[in-house]
Amino acid sequence: MLSAFLQFLISGVTVGAIYALCGLGFSIIYNASHVINFAQGEFIMIGAMSAVSLVDAGVPMPLAIVLAILITMAVGVLLEKLAVEPAKRASVTTLIIITIGASIFLRGLAQEVWDKNFHKLEPFTGEVPINLLGAVLMPQTLWVLGVAVIVILLLAWFFNRTLEGKAMLATSFNPLAAQLMGINTKRVLMISFALSAALGAIGGIVITPITFTAYDNGIMLGLKGFSAAVLGGLGNGMGAVVGGLVVGIAESMAAGYLSSAYKDAVAFVIILAVLIFLPNGLFGRKGTERV
Amino acid sequence: MKGVSRWAGLGALAVFLAVLPQALPNNYYVDIAVLAGFNAIICVGLNLLIGYAGQISLGHAGFFGLGAYCSAVLVTHHGWPPVLALLAGAILVGLIAFAIARPILKLKGHYLAMATLGIGIIISIVINTEAGITGGPDGIAAGPFTLGGFTLQGERDWYWVVAGLLLLTIWLATNLVDSPVGRALRALHGSEVGAEVVGVDTTRYKVMVFVVSAVIASVAGSLFAHYVPQLTPTKADFFKSIELVTMVVFGGMASTFGALVGAAFLTTLPQFLTVFEDYEPIILGGIMMGTMIFMPRGLVPTIAAFIQRRRS
Repeated sequence: MLSAFLQFLISGVTVGAIYALCGLGFSIIYNASHVINFAQGEFIMIGAMSAVSLVDAGVPMPLAIVLAILITMAVGVLLEKLAVEPAKRASVTTLIIITIGASIFLRGLAQEVWDKNFHKLEPFTGEVPINLLGAVLMPQTLWVLGVAVIVILLLAWFFNRTLEGKAMLATSFNPLAAQLMGINTKRVLMISFALSAALGAIGGIVITPITFTAYDNGIMLGLKGFSAAVLGGLGNGMGAVVGGLVVGIAESMAAGYLSSAYKDAVAFVIILAVLIFLPNGLFGRKGTERV
Repeated sequence: MKGVSRWAGLGALAVFLAVLPQALPNNYYVDIAVLAGFNAIICVGLNLLIGYAGQISLGHAGFFGLGAYCSAVLVTHHGWPPVLALLAGAILVGLIAFAIARPILKLKGHYLAMATLGIGIIISIVINTEAGITGGPDGIAAGPFTLGGFTLQGERDWYWVVAGLLLLTIWLATNLVDSPVGRALRALHGSEVGAEVVGVDTTRYKVMVFVVSAVIASVAGSLFAHYVPQLTPTKADFFKSIELVTMVVFGGMASTFGALVGAAFLTTLPQFLTVFEDYEPIILGGIMMGTMIFMPRGLVPTIAAFIQRRRS
């Protein structure tokens, strides 16, 4: 009884950590530009697929991971330069359509560059399960959680302690004022895409030994990451992390106790409930609109 | 002036639709025309929401699918006459849309996109999962559409029904746009707070347009269920929703004929690009990005503006 619960909790927290990283990616870009990047999920897929094919080509794992992250960051920057920046003054609806277009485009491209099969990455440190009060804990799960915690701490340090990070925060509060103070807001936008792409790629790579990857699994992961970000209040970093964990755990509990077929629906039911009853998310401030 | 051009446009379209079957060499092309017609009907409705009210729906295929499955299930499992099943589907979708519209349409931009997307995905998951009722991923056959003793048979019969319904939908849409409701909607698109300040009940109009466009999608879905031999859940999934939004924005937001052109073009294109079937997502995604970056108002309004500039 307890062991089953613990097992669901472990898998929920694991996948929740990936939603959290993805949600953070949404929040970073949203803060820098008020763009919702619906292609965020594709970063997860591109990172994972690049790592898999590099490892298959004989590149040592650590180097393959670094290269895969760099490739994904390059895709992120290209996306920003070629699709988002040219439409800078566009409306919210227009930008949503552009990033959805980018998402479908990247997915189609991945299908051509790679294939339609599932791919797996070897676990980083073996497959000897650890027994935890009757539940099974795979070493890779510890990698996922450890990496997620380190990335989140690094991000907190980056935004609070470095000039670059503070410039990004300033831009999110007031782009015009930031620009007048000499902050290069275009550069901030570019960095935000690179950073979000890196977050997606890292999440995708560490989770692939557990869940497999394929050209088309970016969309669902991305949408759930977005649910996490909205749940925590768009643009709120800590909110995205909590939102990711809530979505991950709820999904895993629903799959375990209710019906595994409806697992994917859980995130969307939560998000509808939140949107209807708490339109600003769990931690969001109430927004006001200027005319 | 505006009224005259509206009737002229509708008349021209009626003539075009009446002549078109003569120009189509065989039933394969008539089939494509019928499919384009179904998409055009949904897009004209969706355009009311996206183009005029400025609200995005990423879940319209869900309403289309709900209407389609309602018809298919009621007719095959419960022996309902197709017309009654169609009406039942329309009423159900209308009620669902109304119930969710009020809380959801208070949301803006990203949140609305997320909410409609969530509804669409939930509908699609339910259709895929409840295989006992819907046939699951294998789909379900709704059988032919019958009314009284009359049965719709073959592509050409269907062509006239879909063409007629399309004209009716466009007539309804243009009427709505040129009515006080349409003016209120345009005000809402410009500035929602501004519209509220001058006394427009913005939420009421948004709810109304949302329900109208959902019901249009549902009716198209119900007929579509009878047109295809086997109705499958892919017709209700996220990608179908995206395809519909692409048709509207490509043809031209806030242009009823734009929605028509977008639907016709993007339904026909893949048929002639079957060699490039694998590249379809790349082409679709490319069109979405390219249209929004280079002609954010869409094809028809951009061309219209170009012609007007040349003239003056």
